[in-house]
Amino acid sequence: MISIDHVTKRYGATTVVDDVSCRLPGGGVTSIIGPNGAGKSTLLSMMSRLLLPDAGRIEVAGLDVGTTAGQKLARTLSILRQENQLTIRLSVRDLVGFGRFPHNNGRPTPEDRDHIERSLDYLDLTDLGDRFVDELSGGQRQRAFIAMVLAQDTDYILLDEPLNNLDMRHSVDMMRLLRGLADDLGKTVVLVIHDVNFASCYSDEILAMREGALIHQGTPEQIMTPEVLHDIYDVDIQVEQIRGNRIGVYFA
Amino acid sequence: MRSRSSTLPMALTQSVRKPVRSVPPSVWLVILGVAALALIIAFMVVGIEGSPAYVLPRRLNRVGAMVLVAIAVAVSTILFQTVTGNRILTPSIMGLDALYILIQTALVFLLGGQALLSLGSPLRFVIEVALMIGFSWLLYRWLFLGSGRSLHLLLLVGIVFGVFFRGVSTLLQRLMDPSEFIILQGLFFASFNRVDPTLLLLSAVVVAGLCIPAWRLRHRLDVLALGRDSAVSLGIDYRRTVTLVLVICSVLVAVSTALVGPVTFFGLLVSALAYQLCNRFHHAAVLPIAVLLGIVALVGGQLVLEQVFEFDTALSIVIEFVGGIVFLVLLLKGRVR
Repeated sequence: MISIDHVTKRYGATTVVDDVSCRLPGGGVTSIIGPNGAGKSTLLSMMSRLLLPDAGRIEVAGLDVGTTAGQKLARTLSILRQENQLTIRLSVRDLVGFGRFPHNNGRPTPEDRDHIERSLDYLDLTDLGDRFVDELSGGQRQRAFIAMVLAQDTDYILLDEPLNNLDMRHSVDMMRLLRGLADDLGKTVVLVIHDVNFASCYSDEILAMREGALIHQGTPEQIMTPEVLHDIYDVDIQVEQIRGNRIGVYFA
Repeated sequence: MRSRSSTLPMALTQSVRKPVRSVPPSVWLVILGVAALALIIAFMVVGIEGSPAYVLPRRLNRVGAMVLVAIAVAVSTILFQTVTGNRILTPSIMGLDALYILIQTALVFLLGGQALLSLGSPLRFVIEVALMIGFSWLLYRWLFLGSGRSLHLLLLVGIVFGVFFRGVSTLLQRLMDPSEFIILQGLFFASFNRVDPTLLLLSAVVVAGLCIPAWRLRHRLDVLALGRDSAVSLGIDYRRTVTLVLVICSVLVAVSTALVGPVTFFGLLVSALAYQLCNRFHHAAVLPIAVLLGIVALVGGQLVLEQVFEFDTALSIVIEFVGGIVFLVLLLKGRVR
């Protein structure tokens, strides 16, 4: 479980995240949605200790994110940001191997190699293992970084806009993959996502933010209604039931 | 194949890619190690005139200075580039070499050239290193514990400090007696022929004392090279590690600069070549390769200068020249990011 208690983040006079409190259940996929500048990524960054909150407290699986030793936390929680530019030359297998760092401090054991190969296999990257990361396409590179996170073998996986720059097919692949991480491997997946329909189809729980505040939390059925969506986005969105999924139509 | 792979971004395209470059780092380590050793021996024994008992200790002293400078410059440049995530910046951008020149200038200006030379080089060395460490410590403390906390700010401040120190030095040099200025100029240019044995011993202890923690950090440095976010996610105590690395860097630069003057461009040359030689990026390979490259360049260069050109020019000038050309070539090839 992730518990967030009265967390606030300010940049100068601007309050980016304003006194947010909530509980996220362990297991399943949780999506954080909201308009631009709602503070979604900032909240996720604070959950993963990339940013320190100005006030409040965040616990992941009972560990205080602000005070727990970095390495201990790195065995419980991993984060993948959207921009993953490498300045160095690494093979895919080397990159995935870094996921084992919190467990082996850079000295790989046979067990670590198993983890690496399984992660590569899970993401269908085994054939690309010896290629350099800078030679991969955007979708492949994204998968390589996910494989690194997977090799880290944490119960909690946080992702900041994992669909950024992916086309339709790769977006669907990515969401299925994240669903699989939750269903098959029992991970708790939390992601920031812009597309409400992806959030609706693949999440167990949705958090909706606006202007730094958490304004709604619930299942897709509870969030995907015209009233709630209007509350979040200030846009009239019709919601249709298509093959058991609630789809918001806002294009015209 | 090309056209198909461009329409299917995720399609496997390995068949058109060249394989990983073939020479593993361990082979380069052996080659460079042998070359470095051979050059050191050659430097010791080639062209001895007169009594070996007189010549050999002096040459040993000079080789020692070159090896120390090679280690200090190579290690500090690579650590700095890893921490800043940039392969063009060097510690000199933090203004350390400019500070060295300012300290020398100020000492000559205030005490007079003769008085400074009579101070004795060990004492001068200790004062210089202490001043430089004090400066960098102040800079990091201020930047990392202050509100900025960004490496980019640190670099900008370094550049501004560098310009400021250079400006003050120039002013002092204008005001100074011309004969004093000549003494000063002699202190600036790197020379491996004037190094005091006591200084050498002192520097050796300092450099060895810094290389041990640097080597212990090698795995964490690999992770740091992935960038801040990934490093934090993988459990690195980012602020502490970066501060530690930057302090190690600044002391190494201070020692090498105080020992033989500013040779900072040399670091750029050595690190760029070391990255080229390592087909996979691991500090455990990059660091020793860069150090060995540095030893080969310095000892080999000095050997050629003495035996072929008979001491017509200072080694630092040649190294800056060659380094500049190599670096331009690398830049134009587009490999350096």
